[in-house]
Amino acid sequence: MRPVGVLVFPGSNCEHDVVRALGDLGAPAELVWHAQTDLSGYDGLVLPGGFAHGDYLRPGALARFSPVMGAVAEAAAQGRPVLGICNGFQILTEAGLLPGALRQNTGLTFISRPVTVRVASSQSVLTRTTAVGTRLVIPINHFSGAYTCDDATYARLVEGGQVVLTYEDNPNGSRGDIAGIASAAGNVVGLMPHPERAMSSLLGSADGRGLLQSFVESTVLAR
Amino acid sequence: MEFALQVDVTLREGIADPAGATIERALPALGFSGVHRVRAGKTFLFTVEAPDAAAARAIAADLAARLLSNPVIEDARVRGDVS
Repeated sequence: MRPVGVLVFPGSNCEHDVVRALGDLGAPAELVWHAQTDLSGYDGLVLPGGFAHGDYLRPGALARFSPVMGAVAEAAAQGRPVLGICNGFQILTEAGLLPGALRQNTGLTFISRPVTVRVASSQSVLTRTTAVGTRLVIPINHFSGAYTCDDATYARLVEGGQVVLTYEDNPNGSRGDIAGIASAAGNVVGLMPHPERAMSSLLGSADGRGLLQSFVESTVLAR
Repeated sequence: MEFALQVDVTLREGIADPAGATIERALPALGFSGVHRVRAGKTFLFTVEAPDAAAARAIAADLAARLLSNPVIEDARVRGDVS
């Protein structure tokens, strides 16, 4: 099994949690510095949470220009699983690998607490093995998490089954309660909740395990 | 020649602007009445080397669209001669 690459930008801070969570599921994972331009050795990629490049300008706006992003776009185009969590989701939208944008939370507060999300589509590498309608408790931890897009994009996402996770009680003003979306092909997924922080019921929730397990299995299938 | 330029970035009309709304709600408490449609945004100041003012503005407009703003949610306006 080839490892999953977990990208590290200056200011990323969830990369070790992701490596640990994937390791828990039996998947080898390696940290990959953002200056790297060759990602051919990885079957799957994770863009972890944090504050890449200090979140200066807008979250993800500068990370999009990191040298590694060309290879991320290439992997996405090849159908390899690419997962953006929180800041990673923001980077994927800024890079144009996922549609829409994440704006500041409606309440202008940084929200850090577990929320309930509902699986809205199984057409993604993250939700492939979880039934639609399944409710999961997963922590969120963000200031700019309100998903925004134009009407045409929203209609396309809904019709195409690209809305993969929705909030049960919308915490941030996201359009259509969106917590996570996928690309049309389903291999690129971005979500604001942190599944890597929901790996053990002893620590609050183990509901992230199924999502990440699905991602890990998808990396093998994508070879 | 070097031209001093300014780019103002604000959230697009129709995109919720919680910072602008919060500022607007605070105004009555300070005695300001009749102030409406407050929009919060960012300002960038820089100089551009270009043969003429039009070319300098074109460069500023390009970088405003490609980096300083996210066209999905924001508008960018270029202003010239801010020296």
